[in-house]
Amino acid sequence: MARKQPAKGPFNLDLSLERNKGALIAILYDIQEHYRYLPEDVLKELAQKIGKPLIEIYRVATFYKLFSLKQRGRHQLKVCTGTACHVRGSERLVEEISKSLCVCRGETSADGEYSLDTVNCLGACALGPLVEVDGEYHGNTTPQSLKTILEKLKSGENKE
Amino acid sequence: MVTFVLNGLEISVEKGTTILEAARFYGIGIPTLCYNEALSPYGACRLCLVEIGVPPRSRLVTSCTYEATEGLVVRTHSERVVKTRQMLIEMYLATCPSSKVIQDLASKHHVTRVRFRQKQEECILCGLCVRMCEEQMQAGAIGYTGRGDSRRISTFFDKKSEDCRFCGGCQYICPACQARCQGPQEKEAVCNACLNLAPPCLEHFDHVMCYMDPCVACEEKSGREPRKTCCK
Ligand code: FES
Ligand code: FES
Repeated sequence: MARKQPAKGPFNLDLSLERNKGALIAILYDIQEHYRYLPEDVLKELAQKIGKPLIEIYRVATFYKLFSLKQRGRHQLKVCTGTACHVRGSERLVEEISKSLCVCRGETSADGEYSLDTVNCLGACALGPLVEVDGEYHGNTTPQSLKTILEKLKSGENKE
Repeated sequence: MVTFVLNGLEISVEKGTTILEAARFYGIGIPTLCYNEALSPYGACRLCLVEIGVPPRSRLVTSCTYEATEGLVVRTHSERVVKTRQMLIEMYLATCPSSKVIQDLASKHHVTRVRFRQKQEECILCGLCVRMCEEQMQAGAIGYTGRGDSRRISTFFDKKSEDCRFCGGCQYICPACQARCQGPQEKEAVCNACLNLAPPCLEHFDHVMCYMDPCVACEEKSGREPRKTCCK
């Protein structure tokens, strides 16, 4: 993604405002990218700066599934539960991940490492069941291949 | 000026006038729920449907948001419109039977049954309160959150809003907040009690004598005997 904020250091709201010419969704996207969620005080500051009522920003933030108002994990897992993936057993994968990473669906694990979401169709039904790990698609996932994916994820995190 | 046909009548209105405004100006009643003259039209309730065009190529549009155009053919009370309207009211009854506004609409449009699964919703998402708060009160304290079936009206982070001045405008305008009359059929989804009430003046006069809505049964209230017309 081209428009990545430097992940370190405080978030520069003015810079984002200027770069996105005040386009709300793009700014929210920047905030989310930096904090991994939309913190309340940043939204308040944003509302003040662009001169819109707070509720307007909240409305947009709650409308899109992409935005989260709660802290998300460092690694984001998405399991497709769309029709095609569902009939190929994505439900089992969700359970598998839940158990292995100690994270409920739609939530973040207690250590703040992983968050697990279910989505409806990632647009690659032929590859179903589909699991997305940190933006990377894993097609034709089986419980076995899932295990290796998760193992890699866990060990990668240990190395860091 | 644009000229268009409203129920077979050729009329001219200022450019930019909606069908609803034009119809109201010419005295044709179109029921509405989410419309208020003081607020911007929103098109949420669909009750103000009218049929435009000539069948079989006609279609239903919401008159509160549709601006009249040159040569448009509009029918406000065609069979299709009336049926659809009744269906809509029936669905509103199934959603929020506790509202007086909706019960009144049902009686007025002869909706006497509900064939849908009964719910007890407190909000019909007409958006009147949101527009009231933003446009008239200039506060912008409440608004929509979420989407789909989890859409609801709320404040920023569901907390007490700092922008709210407790003006009560949202409650004033809310059609769902108006509790229905507590008649004998209180528990039923559809009350229809006013359907059984004939205005008392009808026994004595051939014509409707006043245009009060609802009928206040004026003679009865003042304790006077209804005056008899001499020829009867
Ligand atoms: S259903 Fe999973 S990608 Fe379409
Ligand atoms: S009054 Fe037109 S849609 Fe509600």
